[in-house]
Amino acid sequence: MFDFVKSTVGRKYIMGISGLVWMGFVLSHMAGNMLILVSPDLYNAYGHAIVSNKPLLYGAESVLVLALIVHVTTAISLTIENRKAKGSRYAVSASGEKASTLASRTMGMQGSVVLAFIILHLATFKYGTHYDTVVNGVQMRDLHRLIGEVFQQPGYVLWYVVALILLMFHLSHGASSIFQSFGFLERKMQKGLRKFAWTYAIIVVAGFLSQPAYVYLLRGK
Amino acid sequence: MASAKATINLKLKVWRQKDNKSQGGFKEYDAKNVSPDASFLEMLDAVNEELIKKGEEPILFDHDCREGICGSCGFMINGNAHGPQKSTTVCQLHMRVFKDGETLVLEPWRASAFPILKDLVVDRSAFDRIIKSGGYISVNTGNAQDANNIPIPKPDADEAFMSATCIGCGACVASCKNASAALFTSAKIQHMALLPQGQVERAQRALDMTAQMDAEGFGACSTTGACSAACPKDISLINIATMNRELLKATITKKEEHTGGGDG
Repeated sequence: MFDFVKSTVGRKYIMGISGLVWMGFVLSHMAGNMLILVSPDLYNAYGHAIVSNKPLLYGAESVLVLALIVHVTTAISLTIENRKAKGSRYAVSASGEKASTLASRTMGMQGSVVLAFIILHLATFKYGTHYDTVVNGVQMRDLHRLIGEVFQQPGYVLWYVVALILLMFHLSHGASSIFQSFGFLERKMQKGLRKFAWTYAIIVVAGFLSQPAYVYLLRGK
Repeated sequence: MASAKATINLKLKVWRQKDNKSQGGFKEYDAKNVSPDASFLEMLDAVNEELIKKGEEPILFDHDCREGICGSCGFMINGNAHGPQKSTTVCQLHMRVFKDGETLVLEPWRASAFPILKDLVVDRSAFDRIIKSGGYISVNTGNAQDANNIPIPKPDADEAFMSATCIGCGACVASCKNASAALFTSAKIQHMALLPQGQVERAQRALDMTAQMDAEGFGACSTTGACSAACPKDISLINIATMNRELLKATITKKEEHTGGGDG
């Protein structure tokens, strides 16, 4: 079993499983946050419900942090080995029908930006300014107010858009690659797979982007 | 010659490297009056004849059958393994796909596991060692038995045959940004995993061939699909999925080997 985990194939399984954890998380995170478009109270109550359920919160957080660490460290080890395996690069890169997609060739760069985004995102919101509010007589954090403030800054919104577009490419390649990495890929699935992966990535990122867009464009001033 | 077809002139930038130890570099050559009906290797033959006449070292490249079935030839043309045309080996690539006045950059396969021997020739014995590690069945076949005695479902036979068309040219490794040998190794694993003759050593084969693949210093698969796009035999990425599945299954289900007979 240890040999499997060390092998290049085994480490692709690890990349896929840890990536899948985050694929599930970003989808549910996006879906829950859509409440911001409904009402501030509902949004704050949703956030409060999550942080009040300590076993769920700590359980989910530890799985996510563990998956992230595994995903990043495995990616680094594979990247180092892959560069060594290639040695030198070609003077001219592939073109036409034999060229591969830019998204598939730049997963490491996308991942690095997304990692930076996650850290900054946690610092801004989870560990950001704590405002209080009362919803139905219950005192809770007014995350909605913080979000309103942050998304009034064009610079932050722009960075959010750039990072999320990179996340979209990262997710689209990851969501189709796991089928091959896990060994589920069949000939008849090949055509539909790219569509499936892009649909998933676009739903997640369009959903996420609708939130700052709503706050910045419609709620401003 | 009665041919009315206009010949073309090309500029070649070719990677020249004396031996494995030396530093290589590009040198420019002119390919003049090239017939569009000539194959790429015939064009290089003509350039080499000129070089020999001038007392210069000819450009070295691997080739054998020149029919696209042996897997000997192959180098990069403008960054594409075997040139711009899909499903084609460089020996079956014809000059009609190029335009008059084009500059073509010729480079050898680049991968740490494929050391450059000279010019466009690389050492692909790493592939031989992967085959040696399990790409066969260890039975004495004797006379071929009647094919109808071994029932194989038609879809399996077709898929196995498609995997078996791999000629081991190395274009997959060459075109991969990670120099991964996943497509080559997986084609061999899937080929035999689908056929009844391959069942006895199926698990051991997956373990040994993937281990050898890693030991040779090939990279991991990033699913860019560059290998399959460059493959002259259109080997599909589904082979890699099969390899991954076979390795996982073999890791879980592999039985321990016992030497000697019953010890009870």
